[in-house]
Amino acid sequence: MSTVQPSAARSGLLLCDGCDLLSRAVPGAPRQECPRCGASIHFRKPNSIARTWAYLIAAVILYIPANVLPVMETGSLFGAQRDTILSGVVYLWNSGSWELAVVVFIASIVVPLAKIIALVFLLLSVQLGATWQPRQRTRLYRVIELVGRWSMLDIYVITILVALVQIKALATITAGPGTVAFGAVVVLTILAAMSFDPRLIWDRLENAHGATAARE
Amino acid sequence: MPTRALIACHECDLLQRETPLPPGGSARCQRCGAQLYRYRRGSLDRSLAFTLAALVLFALANTFPIVGLAVGGDLVQTTLLGAVAALYAQGMWLVAGLVLLTTIVTPFTELAAMAYLQLPLKFNRVPRAMPQVLRTLNLVREWSMVEVFMLGVLVALVKLARIADVVPGIALWSFGALMLLTAAAKAAFEPHQLWLRAGGAR
Repeated sequence: MSTVQPSAARSGLLLCDGCDLLSRAVPGAPRQECPRCGASIHFRKPNSIARTWAYLIAAVILYIPANVLPVMETGSLFGAQRDTILSGVVYLWNSGSWELAVVVFIASIVVPLAKIIALVFLLLSVQLGATWQPRQRTRLYRVIELVGRWSMLDIYVITILVALVQIKALATITAGPGTVAFGAVVVLTILAAMSFDPRLIWDRLENAHGATAARE
Repeated sequence: MPTRALIACHECDLLQRETPLPPGGSARCQRCGAQLYRYRRGSLDRSLAFTLAALVLFALANTFPIVGLAVGGDLVQTTLLGAVAALYAQGMWLVAGLVLLTTIVTPFTELAAMAYLQLPLKFNRVPRAMPQVLRTLNLVREWSMVEVFMLGVLVALVKLARIADVVPGIALWSFGALMLLTAAAKAAFEPHQLWLRAGGAR
């Protein structure tokens, strides 16, 4: 494989997210569509930095009610019991399934937090023009993308429990308000990862080497 | 104006020339190492086979109950759709919508899109709206989470096993197989080869 020029953007070429086609950019055109699949194409994901920050801030704000409000409410003969995500983990641990407790803890508490921290790190590294270890940062981005979906775990656990435990004589489980907040956090962190453009990491390198500025 | 034989890396935007690969080869970006495309013999046949099998399992997985709870003499069972409906009935329509989207709508769309693209190409016909369908596939990929759902069911079963007898349903095994087959279908799916094939077809 031979390198033609550093990047597609600097060569005036637009890469289509949908069908991988490279098209020549029309200077001065406000919007351009991929001639093959019709998707709107850009040099970089539009407003990548601003949108990613917006999603992350919203996720952080909702992370609090997601963990403070109960996700599950159990009503039984012995009264009502409210469980947050954390108390659900503790329950699993105490009832002997410590492996599942660890899994749920990692999926529901560690992963969303780690995603947010990692994306903030990536955003700051791009905004401060860092040229440090681009390959590793790109790798970090790939990991974030792969791992994000697993934080949906608790939502599915609650779904099954709610559907099954509707035995009025014994116990009924209903989903609590924390579930909506938690679902929102997961969706927002996924959207944040989708809106971050990893190519920005490499743009900074090209800028630093004295090349003409890549369009954002 | 489209430009051929040049490709750009999705992750670092490096412009590179497309080169034909030997069987089993994979092309990686020179700068950041991201995989650009690969070539494995028979990938279309393999992916198509897995996709069609997965679609059959998808039908099974949504028709039969996933799991049941036996308490006293009663058996309470639920299908996935039933579980979504239960959430909706409680007023949690946002969460119900999210579960519906990530465990039924997007997995089906993914499989249907892969089948739609590969079935005609197997017979050397170019499917209509091929670029749009491929684009839909890429959009939807991020939101298809059957494997996470499987783990969620497992955790729920363990929690339930303490209070009552848990009866696994047919759909449980179907979903498990669906998860594996979908993963295999996606692993074998090579859009780059499909484009080459479409270029030569008709």
